[in-house]
Amino acid sequence: MSVSTSYYGQTAIAQKGWLGAHKWLLLRRATQLGIILLFLLGPLAGIWIVKGNLASSLTLDVLPLTDPYLLLQSIMAGHLPEATAVSGALIVIVFYVLVGGRSYCAWVCPLNIVTDSAGFLRDRWKLKGGAHFSRQTRYWMLGMSLLLALFTGSMAWELINPVSMVQRGLFFGMGGAWLFVAGIFIFDLFISRHGWCGHLCPVGAFYSIPGMASVLRVSASARERCDDCMDCFAVCPEKQVIRPALKGADKNISPVILSENCTNCGRCIDVCAQDVFRFSHRFEHSSHHSLARNKEVRS
Amino acid sequence: MKLSRRSFIKNNAIAATATAAGITLPGAAALAKHVDNKIRWDKAPCRFCGTGCSVLVGTKDGRVVATQGDPDAPVNRGLNCIKGYFLSKIMYGKDRLTKPLLRMSNGKYDKNGEFTEVSWDQAFDVMAEKWKEALKKKGPTSVGMFGSGQWTLWEGYAASKLLKAGFRSNNLDPNARHCMASAVGAFMRGFGSDEPMGCYDDLEHADVFVLWGSNMAEMHPILWSRLSDTRLTKDGCEVHVLSTFRHRCFDLADNGMVFTPQTDLAILNYIANYIIQNKAYNKDFIGKHVNFTKTVTDIGYGLRPEHPLEKKKTGKGGKLSKISFEEYAKSVSKYTLEYTSELSGVPKENLLRLAKVYADPNKKVSSYWTMGFNQHTRGVWVNGLLYNVHLLMGKISEPGNSPFSLTGQPSACGTAREVGTFAHRLPADLVVKKKAHRDFAEKIWKLPEGTIPAKPGYHAVLQNRMLKDGKLNAYWVMCNNNVQAAANFNEETWPGYRNPENFIVVSDPYPTVTAQAADLILPTAMWTEKEGAYGNAERRTQFWRQQVKAPGEAKSDLWQLIEFSKRFKVEEVWPAELIAKKPELKGKTLYEVLYRNGNVDKYPAQKITDSAGNVYDNDEMDAFGFYLQKGLFEEYRMFGTQGPKKGHNLGEFDAYHKARGLRWPVVNGKETLWRYREGYDPFVKKGEDIRFYGKPDGRANIIFAPYEPPAESPDQEYDLWLSTGRVLEHWHSGSMTRRVPELYRAFPDAVVFMHPDDAKARGLRRGMSCKLSSRRGEITLRVETRGRNRPPKGLVFVPWFDAGRLINKVTLDATDPLSKETDYKKCAVKIEKV
Amino acid sequence: MNTQSTSRSRRRFLASTARAAGGVSLLAMGLGTYARSVQSLPAMAVRPPGAGVEKDFLSACVRCGLCVRDCPYDTLKLAQPGDGLASGTPYFTARDIPCEMCEDIPCVLACPTGALDKSLTDIDDARMGLAVLIDQETCLNFQGLRCDVCYRVCPLIDKAITLDLQHNRRSSKHALFIPVVHSDACTGCGKCEHACVLDEAAIKVLPHHLAKGELGKHYRLGWKEKEKAGGSLVTPDQPHEFNLPKGLEYDYDDKGLTNEQSGTPFSSNPLDSLKRHAEQNP
Repeated sequence: MSVSTSYYGQTAIAQKGWLGAHKWLLLRRATQLGIILLFLLGPLAGIWIVKGNLASSLTLDVLPLTDPYLLLQSIMAGHLPEATAVSGALIVIVFYVLVGGRSYCAWVCPLNIVTDSAGFLRDRWKLKGGAHFSRQTRYWMLGMSLLLALFTGSMAWELINPVSMVQRGLFFGMGGAWLFVAGIFIFDLFISRHGWCGHLCPVGAFYSIPGMASVLRVSASARERCDDCMDCFAVCPEKQVIRPALKGADKNISPVILSENCTNCGRCIDVCAQDVFRFSHRFEHSSHHSLARNKEVRS
Repeated sequence: MKLSRRSFIKNNAIAATATAAGITLPGAAALAKHVDNKIRWDKAPCRFCGTGCSVLVGTKDGRVVATQGDPDAPVNRGLNCIKGYFLSKIMYGKDRLTKPLLRMSNGKYDKNGEFTEVSWDQAFDVMAEKWKEALKKKGPTSVGMFGSGQWTLWEGYAASKLLKAGFRSNNLDPNARHCMASAVGAFMRGFGSDEPMGCYDDLEHADVFVLWGSNMAEMHPILWSRLSDTRLTKDGCEVHVLSTFRHRCFDLADNGMVFTPQTDLAILNYIANYIIQNKAYNKDFIGKHVNFTKTVTDIGYGLRPEHPLEKKKTGKGGKLSKISFEEYAKSVSKYTLEYTSELSGVPKENLLRLAKVYADPNKKVSSYWTMGFNQHTRGVWVNGLLYNVHLLMGKISEPGNSPFSLTGQPSACGTAREVGTFAHRLPADLVVKKKAHRDFAEKIWKLPEGTIPAKPGYHAVLQNRMLKDGKLNAYWVMCNNNVQAAANFNEETWPGYRNPENFIVVSDPYPTVTAQAADLILPTAMWTEKEGAYGNAERRTQFWRQQVKAPGEAKSDLWQLIEFSKRFKVEEVWPAELIAKKPELKGKTLYEVLYRNGNVDKYPAQKITDSAGNVYDNDEMDAFGFYLQKGLFEEYRMFGTQGPKKGHNLGEFDAYHKARGLRWPVVNGKETLWRYREGYDPFVKKGEDIRFYGKPDGRANIIFAPYEPPAESPDQEYDLWLSTGRVLEHWHSGSMTRRVPELYRAFPDAVVFMHPDDAKARGLRRGMSCKLSSRRGEITLRVETRGRNRPPKGLVFVPWFDAGRLINKVTLDATDPLSKETDYKKCAVKIEKV
Repeated sequence: MNTQSTSRSRRRFLASTARAAGGVSLLAMGLGTYARSVQSLPAMAVRPPGAGVEKDFLSACVRCGLCVRDCPYDTLKLAQPGDGLASGTPYFTARDIPCEMCEDIPCVLACPTGALDKSLTDIDDARMGLAVLIDQETCLNFQGLRCDVCYRVCPLIDKAITLDLQHNRRSSKHALFIPVVHSDACTGCGKCEHACVLDEAAIKVLPHHLAKGELGKHYRLGWKEKEKAGGSLVTPDQPHEFNLPKGLEYDYDDKGLTNEQSGTPFSSNPLDSLKRHAEQNP
């Protein structure tokens, strides 16, 4: 890929103002930090709204939430979980079916802030080169983590899973987890653009699965206004998901981005000076357009 | 003993090289030895309980760096309990006091001011002014002092002279009032001479041990280890344990008995009754050596006179009246097995088994007790009732047959009792009430006749009451922590200390609760920072040399007492007619009158050395220019060798620095193991066999006393008994042991030991916080339903070492009207969830 | 798309797939090995009550830290990378903060997955580890001193730790109070290790697999089997009779040859006689 990435969003800023061009980014950061704050309120201020961490938590002493990916690893490792964990995982799955599986990546995962920063700097400093990975690698990683659990009888992947390590570290003490954070940052900055989240992370891969049926979606509703400035491609961490929806009018493909790997981050909405994109739902225009899934283009 | 990092690395490098070269070095051991070589070792008794274990103190570069149990000491043979293991750390708590602190505002003394550093001169100036003011306004009874069973012998002796002769106030009492007074009372009533007839060797000679209100396993760990060894190695040896709750001694008990508080009075009478009913008593012995008497009954509970319980009482005092054996037998006949078992809650078979071992002429029985007996509103009675049993059987004053009162302080015997720092006493069992005794003391002290007042002073509990009532105004607390230790903190302790009329001085190495309540705090040297002597429970007097200097400006109690005496001219403290009897004292200071009297200053300054030629400091010798300790001891010794009371002889000063303690009476350099028995005791003449020579007719008293209920028992509202006490890890108020990190970690905070059912009934679980309250106060602490102490339903136990949880806010200041010792073992409380 | 480009794209696809699969497999192998190495708990780490076998625990714990949050004494913490055990799993170090053995076991109740077994309802049944008096050479009680702090802080005093009395042959008149840990009662709470007053604890809580030996399956301890069965496994002997010179007796069960002149087998304590009757005529 060699799309020019310099100064994306400049036009949008000029047109909508800085705030208008960063609305979703700010909301997203607020959500990510808000979640961290909620978990930290307990240990730091003694206000126990949420206990635990993203692996499993208890909100207001009633609502159990469990990371279904972790639970799946646990089951693969041979453990029959208790009802609390199972119902907690089901609640989480239903939630992500509604809001988009990989919304987890864009709106919840604290590591996203790290990888976004790395990506931002890489674009700013115009760093090129590095290694190329197939975006499918993450599914291999996902498979590997589950098979490893099966064969070792323990959640081996969790020994080094940076996603769980970082979020846990924030609430319980980072220790050596900083090394992992630094590693991912350097990897994304110098080696591979959006290398971790976009190519390798099995957590994202896992959450893309409920994302296949996700209700909340970004739609290129006003794709006819697109002036081909390419800013949305430049900013998108999973840019392969945009093309079918944006450019599929001729093929009668729905303007709704239906790819399971769209993280609903909303950056395309922010950077588009033409206001092509908006949040919508997967059923928009479904009567007019082919129900054939507008698959992403493999990169 | 700190290796610098550099030398450590160097040593490691040497070791590594040696290993590589195939040479084996003894490694760490060799290193330690290398360091140990520079340590100077000298003997000293342990600073804690009355057992009197001896340790060797290791000093290097002016600091005590290590201790070891003295392998040659007869009491402990190299062993220590866990407190003794940490002796080297007790002087080095982070918050040692190093400067006098006076409450001040705007540069002047102010009762409500902030503690401010002052010089010793300023401190003594203010102090002397307050003393003189009080003496002038209200006379000698308005000054007083609360001393200690942890004072060295000469500190107690010097204090006694200063108060009783110098200020002419008998308001001198030691904290031993809280622990030993009942034992003293019973010794005097029963035998006319204080302290046990036996010694620790009884622990090897007895066939049967009976523990009455003593948790030796925790409170006298090394003696318990001796007792356990006898139980373990002697065929047929039995251990009987009586207590109001199960404690660690029950582990070894062949016959463990948990009785309802106060019913020990009945159990002892039952045993006497059993012995008589079965005609097991030693007819010959009681015929020759015993008088039968009874004591006045219904004597109240030592509370303030306006207390309803005091108004109800019909009797007063401890007068004895002679009765016949038959009358005595009739008196105890009420205490049948059925009645006693019902009253005490102890099953009949257990009581019977206990009675049988006392009644068996072929079994040697040693009975031990501590605070369960002494801290008792009938403490003197209950001590006496046990002597009754031993005397009926003649099981006394011989190896293995011994009623033995254990002590809790290192010199409760030595300093409080032998030196006589009680409000009614003078050295060597003399009392202020008797003119002959006063005369003798005045003669030794070279003072005019009539110097010592005849009326006993305020005892410990009364001192606090008088402080509150504003009758005792200049008050010096030395070497104890009485604000934490005295009962009924809220009503009777704190108000007196903070009474605006009073000036309170506290001398202590550490900022204790008592120091906090004071107006002036004096920083004090402790333990081996001064030359000292202690007397343990088996009449063993042990000396030690000063090993190190006290930190900062801290000074020994002895220095403080003597130095303070310089501030008073006789004219300021004595009436003219008294001075007129000895005009040569005119214009002299109390220092000159009391301590430069030709006795005390008899021994010039000298170099203090040991047999190895090591040289030791003696800061008091340097300060006053003569061997003060020796002078005081040698003058004090005259009370034993020349005094009206027989059998209190001590050895010469120098002998004690050479020996690992000597058990008095020491006559011609020989110690006495068992008193009152021919052959063992040099004061019993040939052919007398046994003579209780403390009494004019040589007979001991069997004293009948009945069961009487305690001052306060649980009721509907306050539905639990409270007993207080100690734990092995901490000593008394914890001012030393809580400053040792390891001991603090082993038992950090006081908890309330209670029965799991009692906890459950109050919605409490182990580890939860609860509010423990009585009619007098409340504290909050955690519930413990497991662990070392297992109270029965209806009783809880709280240790008192914790300055953060003052259980004495809850306790009742009911005391034995005879001994004036407080009953810390019984009051009514309730416990609620918080 | 023509066939050439299709085949090129397929080749490229296959190559990238192979690369991904290869890389991931390599990672998997490394991770698998690492996982095995952390499957046995380090000696100084103790799992919360109800954690069970380490391998099962590692499959069940999702590292959520809810047990840590509900521990009222801040005993539990989550392992951080570099702590030497599976990162994110709960454990405690007894020497720092031991388990206070809460009656309601809040950590177990908090566990959402059952990694901490909810069938553990009596904390006395917890087996977090086993205390071992690891160094007799420095343990003060072995030297005859009266420390026994470990014994007195034990919440299961006299069950999990007892003091075995022995004669102190060196001092000749004191007893040694030897602390003995009993694995049938020790919960591994670590109060003993925490309280040990030595600079380095002489008693330590270890994982069971390190702490326990195992008797050969081919052997039984006779007296224990007898105790379990409540009597001899084999019918008792006939009463024995012996050829003895006059005045001597032979106590087959206990004392052997005796020449007690007293002539009666009764002690001065009637309870002994009663006890003996009860024993002889069950």
